[in-house]
Amino acid sequence: MTTLGWIDPVLRSARPQAIGALLRYFRDLDQAEEAFQEACLRALKNWPVNGPPRDPVAWLILVGRNVALDDVRRRSKSAPLPADDAISDLGDAETDIAERLDSSHYRDDLLRLLFICCHPDLPAVQQIALALRVVSGLSVKEIARAFLVGDSAMEQRITRAKSRVARADVPFETPGAVERAERLAAVAAMIYLLFNEGYSASGGSVHVRTPLCEEAIRLARLLLTLFPGEPEIMGLTALLLLQHARAPARIDGDGAIVLLDDQDRRLWDRDLIAEGLALIDKAVRHRRPGSYQVQAAIAGVHAHAAKPEDTDWSEIDQLYATLEQLQPSPVVTLNRAVAVNKVHGPAAALAMIEPLAEPLAGYFHFFGVKGGLLMQLGRAAEARIAFDQAIALAHTPAEAAHIRLHLDRLIKESQPA
Amino acid sequence: MLYALLCCHDEAVVSSWTKEEDDAVLAKRHRVTERLAAKGKLGPALRLMPTTAATTVRMGGEPVILDGPFAETKEALLGFYLIDCDSLDEAIETAKDIGRDEKVVFEIRPVKLFLPNGIAS
Repeated sequence: MTTLGWIDPVLRSARPQAIGALLRYFRDLDQAEEAFQEACLRALKNWPVNGPPRDPVAWLILVGRNVALDDVRRRSKSAPLPADDAISDLGDAETDIAERLDSSHYRDDLLRLLFICCHPDLPAVQQIALALRVVSGLSVKEIARAFLVGDSAMEQRITRAKSRVARADVPFETPGAVERAERLAAVAAMIYLLFNEGYSASGGSVHVRTPLCEEAIRLARLLLTLFPGEPEIMGLTALLLLQHARAPARIDGDGAIVLLDDQDRRLWDRDLIAEGLALIDKAVRHRRPGSYQVQAAIAGVHAHAAKPEDTDWSEIDQLYATLEQLQPSPVVTLNRAVAVNKVHGPAAALAMIEPLAEPLAGYFHFFGVKGGLLMQLGRAAEARIAFDQAIALAHTPAEAAHIRLHLDRLIKESQPA
Repeated sequence: MLYALLCCHDEAVVSSWTKEEDDAVLAKRHRVTERLAAKGKLGPALRLMPTTAATTVRMGGEPVILDGPFAETKEALLGFYLIDCDSLDEAIETAKDIGRDEKVVFEIRPVKLFLPNGIAS
């Protein structure tokens, strides 16, 4: 890093909290973003000369607010005065300085900002795009690239999402305990979506999009800093860390998927695994199990195994059984069937997924697993049908290529040697 | 005299570094610590996991277990170096050298007792 290189990470890391606070003052996302932008420009001029402020976030909030206030005053000379309630929150820089020390304010500001992005009317992709734009500060171009769409298409989506949340009327009062818990759950789900979007791209040729995963981890850690005693947030963070630790081993040199069993485990990131396991340890102490914690524990069992054959599949089977109770879903049962296959064999697993045929009729992995089980049972013809269905449902070339490997093997085995 | 250089850093900033930025900082520091090690002046050094992984045990009466670090401050203790220096001035110069071009804070603490193997010698 150069001498000036330190400013960029400081601005980047200050952004979520600063915009969260500015949003509370202005109650308008665009205005909050503009004010932050202006404050950053001033920081770039001021900080190299005067040195870094003791509390960069507070500095940016105060400057952003003052700049915007000047702007409002200037405009008010030529335009009609804004409605009282629009400016009632803008005065009193002194109280603001006292406020900045109040970390619980920061906490609710940031939670509100994240919560606004996960408005239930917004489709998942728009929620994520909005969070990446507003909270993480990624450029429209960067987000467009991550979603493999054109810049203008992404610009439109974000604009639409913004106008939708602007009408959403999220209360600005300090939330009550129940409301806070609800917001936290919605935000956690959005961060999980963001991670998954990076982990298994829903389209296009790039299968793992690391920047989205890293951004999700950063947001999860940030959330955990604000809510250090929430076991589900520990679980979420641990889950993302443990999944991401395997990223270097998930795709081979040709861009093909490498399944867990075949991964070179020496490529797994030991630091991320250690941190994930430490967080699970902390979460378990609270004795308030939740789905993120259980999923993290499953990832933790895999991380513990130095070789695939060391994996404690019966532990995984039990964890999935717990997950089925906490969060019943055909996909969870499908995953459990993979563990059941290892513990009790393919016949038991096949019986388990039989009832899922209808709810998972459009799900790539269902047919992949089904084909694999049928192949193990020596029912080659049925396996081929399942694999063909899987290929038809594949989202990425890597997924399709992986199934084709199975098909090739079936064809080879069916030919006389 | 042994000095502990406690590395205190704004954790939000450190966790927002990209892998490349993080690697660059470590590589830069490594060039300095390698020189110290060659002179036999470098003791153990370690980097701590984020404070989100910390648990605090507060003793006195019934011990209280709390999630998170001892003090909730912007600048958290993220690691330390143990170095052998002839004077505080030298320790200060070493800290400047290790932290060059960074926005890190070093707390320099002279070491009273050092048990490299956990056993009093």
